Amino acid sequence: MFAKPSLLAAGFAIGLATLVPGKAEAHRHWLLPSMTVFAGEEELVTVDAAASNELFVFEHRPLSLDSLVVIGPDGQPVDAKVLGSGDYRSIFDVPLTMQGTYRIALVSGGAMGFYELNGERHRMRADNAQAAHAELPEGATNVRISENSSRTETFVTLGAPNEVALAPTGQGLEMIPVTHPNDIVAGEPATMRFLLDGEPAAGLEIEFVEGGTRYRDNAGIQMLETDADGQVTLTVEDPGMYYLEVGARPEAAEGETPRRASYTAVLEFMPL
Amino acid sequence: MRKPVILIATGLIATPAGAQELSVNIEIPRLRVAEYHNPYIAVWVEDASGKVAANLDVWYDVDLRGEEGTKWLPDLRTWWRRTGRSLKMPVDGVSGPTQAPGQHRVDFKQGARPLGNLPPGSYKLRVEAAREVGGREILTVPFQWPPAAAKTATAQGKTELGAVRLTVKP
Repeated sequence: MFAKPSLLAAGFAIGLATLVPGKAEAHRHWLLPSMTVFAGEEELVTVDAAASNELFVFEHRPLSLDSLVVIGPDGQPVDAKVLGSGDYRSIFDVPLTMQGTYRIALVSGGAMGFYELNGERHRMRADNAQAAHAELPEGATNVRISENSSRTETFVTLGAPNEVALAPTGQGLEMIPVTHPNDIVAGEPATMRFLLDGEPAAGLEIEFVEGGTRYRDNAGIQMLETDADGQVTLTVEDPGMYYLEVGARPEAAEGETPRRASYTAVLEFMPL
Repeated sequence: MRKPVILIATGLIATPAGAQELSVNIEIPRLRVAEYHNPYIAVWVEDASGKVAANLDVWYDVDLRGEEGTKWLPDLRTWWRRTGRSLKMPVDGVSGPTQAPGQHRVDFKQGARPLGNLPPGSYKLRVEAAREVGGREILTVPFQWPPAAAKTATAQGKTELGAVRLTVKP
């Protein structure tokens, strides 16, 4: 079934270079919760983490859970129980012991670079652009270093929704719900706001897709654009799990490190 | 906890002058399915703006051990979103056990819990039913409060509910 977490950690460390979302790769990255609306004193949400083309089918590869961050209703981190990874998905459980909203995310960032040395092309990774520059060997030429950050996210609520966990971190590309992400229903518009490093991100192209792609001919993709405030309105006819993806490449001024930021979320639209 | 009232002889209860009454008759249909569980049912009153004015009844598995009873309350989707998720269950005078198929009558009085003092206005009685491994249905019966005269109105369910009859009395 599933490898033990300790073995997995080793596996991830070795496989990291290939597991970090390849930028040219078109696969969708998602965290799929069993449900998003829970009741009672305590509950448990179980979450699948995978990259795939079909929504939400495990058909490509698991996501690394090394960068899993769960924020609870009081703004404090919550420990997830990692069950492991198969060839196509990773699985973890999050105990919900406090009333309110949980923000569940894979948050990663780093720098990657290319350079040439003695006529050979090399590739490198580092925590950030500064570290990458420091690691460059003497005599490297044609150096290209860029920074990237990504957030793959979903939200669940036990009892009544609250807003504490939804506060912006101010880092990378983030979706800050205007309409609470666990209070959205089919037929009613839901408004989301996108921030890049805490500032409204205007003019971003958003791909918004209904799950169940496998069972229809239409790709079912809504292309949307954030307004001057970074806001976008999501409207769906049918209840279900939806996927949202957005990327940003802020223009780098002369001498600045180019960067790209990406964000994906899974949202559940309930019937009413 | 509250059980559906099986008609009490009216003369036995001293009714304060002007205490309007609201009574709801709910029919739970008998269904031929492989696995049948009594439905969860929520009964509440909404004002003209859709705000919950009174939670009247929630029938669920109140007696199940631990969290099992409350776990499926969100299946009463409209009720859950409007009010359920903000309540601490069980709610005294509102929570009750699930009921078997048949006719169930519940009575409420102005000025008494759980109806409380409903200010004059236009309201909707809402009855929502959700059944384990079954479906969900919600019915609405509009009414004016306080009623000028005794009046009965009915909404007819198709799947999880039979007829829901509301009678208001001045």
